[in-house]
Amino acid sequence: MFIKNFCYLRTQILHLAQISSMEKQNFVTIADLSKDEILYLISMAQEFEKHPNREILKGKVVATLFFEPSTRTRLSFETAANRLGARVIGFADPKITSGTKGETLKDTILMVSNYADVIAMRHYIEGAAQYASEVAPIPIINAGDGAHMHPSQCLLDLYSIYKTQGTLENLNIYLVGDLKYGRTVHSLITAMRHFNPTFHFVAPKELAMPQEYKIYCREHNIKYIEHTEFNEDVISDADIIYMTRVQKERFSDLIEYERVKNVYILNKAMLCKSKDNMKILHPLPRVNEIAYDVDDDPHAYYIQQAQNGLYAREAIFCRCLGITLDDIKNDKTIIN
Amino acid sequence: MNIKERLVAAIENGTVIDHIPAEKTYQVASLLKLHELTEPITIGSNYPSGKLGKKGIIKVSDKFFTEEEISRLSVVAPNVVLSIIRNYEVTEKKTVETPDKLKGIIRCNNPKCITNNEPMSTIFRVVNKELGTVRCHYCDKEQDIKTVDLV
Repeated sequence: MFIKNFCYLRTQILHLAQISSMEKQNFVTIADLSKDEILYLISMAQEFEKHPNREILKGKVVATLFFEPSTRTRLSFETAANRLGARVIGFADPKITSGTKGETLKDTILMVSNYADVIAMRHYIEGAAQYASEVAPIPIINAGDGAHMHPSQCLLDLYSIYKTQGTLENLNIYLVGDLKYGRTVHSLITAMRHFNPTFHFVAPKELAMPQEYKIYCREHNIKYIEHTEFNEDVISDADIIYMTRVQKERFSDLIEYERVKNVYILNKAMLCKSKDNMKILHPLPRVNEIAYDVDDDPHAYYIQQAQNGLYAREAIFCRCLGITLDDIKNDKTIIN
Repeated sequence: MNIKERLVAAIENGTVIDHIPAEKTYQVASLLKLHELTEPITIGSNYPSGKLGKKGIIKVSDKFFTEEEISRLSVVAPNVVLSIIRNYEVTEKKTVETPDKLKGIIRCNNPKCITNNEPMSTIFRVVNKELGTVRCHYCDKEQDIKTVDLV
């Protein structure tokens, strides 16, 4: 009797563990990830950097649905899927989808869910990925939803910081340019809350960090200092300088734009007092906010940063498809 | 017997909703979906009120609202009082508790939010009950509950 009960209990526990491991893993926002989850994803990305080409996703079908064109992000996701052996379906141009015929997002997502194992989607509507994750039976990856979230960009930013600094802890991070509308800088603040950073917000008044993010910093004991000046003295203490583009269309007063447009341009001469470990990041594309004479400087890191996106997105696909760090470490499908 | 007591006493069993700001009377009726009820309903508005200037009163016979239904009123009339009437007597008075979550009650102010672009229900988290600040579950936009429209 005891043995029979024990066996039943064991079966139940195994069943629960199975259900738990089968729970759908979406990647819609980075704000909800714990410190351990972020570090786990970074460890996965490190493994993929060592061996980016594998067949660990062989037999899987990845859908990339770009309701808003974004060549750079789409190519990065599709490359990540291809390099892990998955096959890719999807669209790059919303004009060819049934959305133009009036189909709802829900119907499109459910239709594609019949074909694919995971969906990476980009949409111009805010909250679209969250909604898709609620209606889809398969995992949803947010490849950007309007001005709202871009969590895969955030993960590659974190990986770039970790890789160049050897840690995410106790860093001086300078956010420069458009801090009002720049979703990447907002995501970075929320994701870095676990790591005791000191942020420096360098922006013109019109594009200053919104009040809600300053409140967020105070609520989470994140230190921050605001600057309107941008020169070699201001940035001399930086570990990371995260540049963003000051966009003309964001200004209601064009005279103000003309006044500040050249103030937030980083050039080589401004790096004379920088710390050796300092690296310059930029989500790209840049227009003129980083002068071309910076490109050959050892502090420049924005091109390598984009390459890190490949490893970060390989990690995201695996997380969503239930592949663990141990699976990746013990992977026998590596292609050398 | 004053006017209020007469109004309250006028039904045998049911609910009297009092202290409704006069201009919100019909929104309260709509939120409680009174148009779907078959029981006798009296809707009164523009009654003189010491506190509000003018107020509305709604009486619904043989109907006792759930906590969820009552919490919906927090969006438009958080200070209303519901009197539960049994056998012409007020047996209980209820006030409105602001819930932690509002589902399908208000619209998001953000025109680029998915909830304004897809046939779906809205969800808001109430982040500050005192200030009446709510945050859209989908686009994360924080908004003042006084500035939002009802669904």
